[in-house]
Amino acid sequence: MSPLATALFGLAVLAGAVGLAAILTWFERRLLGVWQDRYGPNRLGPLGILQVVADMLKLLTKHDWVPPFADRVVFVFAPTAIVVAMLLGFAVVPFGEHLYLLDLNIGLLFFLGMTSLAVYSVLLGGLASNNKYALLGGLRSAAQMVSYEVFMGLSLMGVVMLTGSFSLRDIVLAQQDLWFCIPQVLGLYVFLVAGIAESHRLPFDLPEAEHELTAGFHTEYGGMKFAMFMLGEYLGLILICCMITTVFFGGWLGPWLPGPVWFALKTSLLICFFVLLRAAIPRPRYDQLMSLGWKYMLPLSLFNLVLTGAIALWLRGA
Amino acid sequence: MSSEAALWPFIVYFLAVLALVATMLGLSWLLGQRRANQATNLPFESGVLSVGTPQIHFAVEFYLIAIFFVIFDLETVFIFAWAVAFFELGWEGFLAVGLFIFILTIALIYEWRSGALDWGQKTRTGWKPER
Repeated sequence: MSPLATALFGLAVLAGAVGLAAILTWFERRLLGVWQDRYGPNRLGPLGILQVVADMLKLLTKHDWVPPFADRVVFVFAPTAIVVAMLLGFAVVPFGEHLYLLDLNIGLLFFLGMTSLAVYSVLLGGLASNNKYALLGGLRSAAQMVSYEVFMGLSLMGVVMLTGSFSLRDIVLAQQDLWFCIPQVLGLYVFLVAGIAESHRLPFDLPEAEHELTAGFHTEYGGMKFAMFMLGEYLGLILICCMITTVFFGGWLGPWLPGPVWFALKTSLLICFFVLLRAAIPRPRYDQLMSLGWKYMLPLSLFNLVLTGAIALWLRGA
Repeated sequence: MSSEAALWPFIVYFLAVLALVATMLGLSWLLGQRRANQATNLPFESGVLSVGTPQIHFAVEFYLIAIFFVIFDLETVFIFAWAVAFFELGWEGFLAVGLFIFILTIALIYEWRSGALDWGQKTRTGWKPER
């Protein structure tokens, strides 16, 4: 690609990610409405899609309040950190065979690093607010994200073993014959659970804890800074779906249609699946969530590694 | 792939991200209404006046989780290094890492048995189930 086209492509990725996250706030409510036998937002514009614009205008004109009792610098820094980290994660996603911003040979590690940075945002937001609800919510979500991060990385290692590379492009190209969702079904399962917990989506949205801690770590946030936490969460959801598509469902690979279309199709289906999870599954209790992670998911991801290693070496030798 | 020529799209993207975030914060600061009620500058505590400091003692489980995170994340780093060279190392590497994982599984079982992974009332002799 020429330099101008590359720069434009970068801006397009940025606009696409943020725009999709904004539309998702409306799309999710509509889809939840369908599954719960009600309408959802349907007044503004065709199918209610202008609700996004209305919400944005409202949030922009809210009081941009920094609590006088808070740590001001950290308070403003926390919501920006999650948005920046999640958006940078999109830089390594290969949308098509030659359609990517950055083809790092450690792309997978870069993605894991960027999602891990989100924990700072949540913890600092909770600490800087100087509010008891926010502190408790921040601690909880930090512990949750840190716990699920351990086996989020481990669950992807089965794929790395079979590919022999951390490059996301190589991982997709290695799926020409068979998508990794079949040989790595355990890894997919663990990564899915960890991904939901990392992006604190329902059913693992314990950090928000609206039933006991009002809003968890972002209790004191309002207006655009609150919206940035939400934006970060939706960006995280999209990023996780992109990554599941890339690593387990063959990325841009598919017959007839051009690659990026396949990529978009698979990712949108996964996003719908994440929304369905929200509609279908109740929340666990916090202690249940933590023991699920350490007692079942971590051993399962280790077991997956040993099993994958044994079978792959056995097949290679035979 | 480490030449600078291929890195500059990422730098442009990074700057664009920073610009976007700055615009969002700046716009809301410019457009936002300013209001000051009696209760505007009080911490939210469900309508009750805040008592004491928010810098409270918190449950020991959080420290334990932090320690476990350090232990097991270090473990994953070793496994990362093995996974990327999996086929080159062959059975020999597999057995070595298998032993490594086995030892760490014993550690996990020990933590589980000692009750460190359970949240709830802890006593000196171990975990007391509430339920």
